[in-house]
Amino acid sequence: MSELFKVSSNPHIRSKVTTNGIMLAVIIALMPATGFGIYNFGPRALAVIMVTIGSTVLTEFLFGLYRKKMTITDLSAVVTGLLLALNLPVTIPLWMAALGGVFAILVVKMLFGGLGQNFMNPALAARCFLLISFPTAMTAFECDAYTGATPLAALKAGEQVNVMDMVIGRTAGTIGETSVIALIIGACILILLGIIDLRIPGSYIVTFVLFVGLFGGRGFDPAYISAQLAGGGLMLGAFFMATDYVTRPITVKGQYLFGIFLGIMTGIFRLFGPGAEGVSYAIILGNLLVPLIERITKPTAFGYEKGGRHHEK
Amino acid sequence: MNKAVERLYNGFIKENPTFVLMLGMCPTLAVTTSAVNGLGMGLTTMVVLAMSNLFISLLRKIIPNRVRIPAFIVIIASFVTIVQLLLEAYLPFLNKALGMYIPLIVVNCIILGRAEAYAYSNPPIPSLFDGIGMGLGFSFALTCIGAVRELLGAGKLFGAAVLPDSYVPIRIFTQAPGAFFVLAVLVALQNFVKTKRKKAGKPYEKIGSGCSEDCMNCSEKGCTKRFYDADATEKESKVPAIKTVEEKGSDELDVLDLEEEENK
Repeated sequence: MSELFKVSSNPHIRSKVTTNGIMLAVIIALMPATGFGIYNFGPRALAVIMVTIGSTVLTEFLFGLYRKKMTITDLSAVVTGLLLALNLPVTIPLWMAALGGVFAILVVKMLFGGLGQNFMNPALAARCFLLISFPTAMTAFECDAYTGATPLAALKAGEQVNVMDMVIGRTAGTIGETSVIALIIGACILILLGIIDLRIPGSYIVTFVLFVGLFGGRGFDPAYISAQLAGGGLMLGAFFMATDYVTRPITVKGQYLFGIFLGIMTGIFRLFGPGAEGVSYAIILGNLLVPLIERITKPTAFGYEKGGRHHEK
Repeated sequence: MNKAVERLYNGFIKENPTFVLMLGMCPTLAVTTSAVNGLGMGLTTMVVLAMSNLFISLLRKIIPNRVRIPAFIVIIASFVTIVQLLLEAYLPFLNKALGMYIPLIVVNCIILGRAEAYAYSNPPIPSLFDGIGMGLGFSFALTCIGAVRELLGAGKLFGAAVLPDSYVPIRIFTQAPGAFFVLAVLVALQNFVKTKRKKAGKPYEKIGSGCSEDCMNCSEKGCTKRFYDADATEKESKVPAIKTVEEKGSDELDVLDLEEEENK
């Protein structure tokens, strides 16, 4: 027995998945929506995107210099900046976009301990910060140089909307939310790569459809339901932001619960709230409840009684 | 006189009720939408605090230990009523801006805290100055928060436009979330300065041994006296410190006695 088994400490199985890789995949998956946004809204959209990414990356860089711990290479700041830009209207003054980027990284992410510690989605928190701070600039939507209501606002006002336009994305709205097709392509990339699964988006969208059908006042009218689905930030939020690894529950049951909660909250905000849109508030509210959701959906370990207590004789 | 100055310093810097003791958060967060509101709230509280401290200290030998809290509340509520009527008569705009928060001064924990921790066991003059010092500290903190919120959220300072018209106000600062942001940043700033000074060997405070200097997370029971009075007059404070602890003990016994009496 001259051969000794080498025993090392765990973990023994290592995954090749890295933060870097996941972030890169998300960026690639967002490219269709980004490209369509630039095509739809013109070069100014590109400027907004560059400014937000610049400000998030620069903030992370400066904070890293100050704390002497550089985390800039994990690309998460780029994802945050890109997501933030996709959630902004194209006409927003560039300094506001930059301020949003600083808020997202500095206040929501870095002050709470950096990536993995942020208690809510930085991009969405920044969007809500800007929405409360600059309500006029944040709701000035424009498409093809004419100022118009978003399809959702029109829908809420009882007007007819063209669902086909909404699916393709030739409507007013924020830079990244208009094109359902582009977002679905991106979502498919993420699902095929195994970065996200359908638990949260699926339960979110199904709950939302049921809620809108029951309480929307128009029943399950296909045109109305599909307009609600295609309008606003629902697709962007469901696939790219509710599924954020840091701010979603880790338990499987918890993820379904999270999706259901988001669906109900989005429905409530859209149907009964003062504005037409509710996805961002629903998601950051859901983010805050994640610790509680995880607590009540904690799986029982083998050998333990239900509820986590150790089995006693 | 030295004692008075020490009390003022203590209230303003060392134990600033807002930034250090974190007391009275409700008015701090709710009314500081502008510098004037913050200052008004602070000064109103200061008047109530100083007067109630003075009177509680004067009556401290008459008020029975067992019913001291109701007695404090009656004294404080009287002064709040007086101040509110005065405000209504002479500063109606401030009264309107502060609204419900003026009657709520009655339950402001700074006032009750100072009555319990200081005025009830100290002579009138230091108690009066303790109230003024704490009140000034509170006013200072509220004015700071109000000024930052007004400046960022409306581009004004004390009601006068100071930033150019091209400045787009960041509205969130005049709303509820802004209060939390500003308070957090100001507390962080003063902690930053304090930590630096401590590292440099120049701490603001010298607190007696056995105290972790962190009242928020302190598990010490019946320490009020020791912490609040530690550095000023160590000779004097040692005797009453023990007395306070004893009083606390006897207080509990009183409750037991009461129950026994009822049983009889």
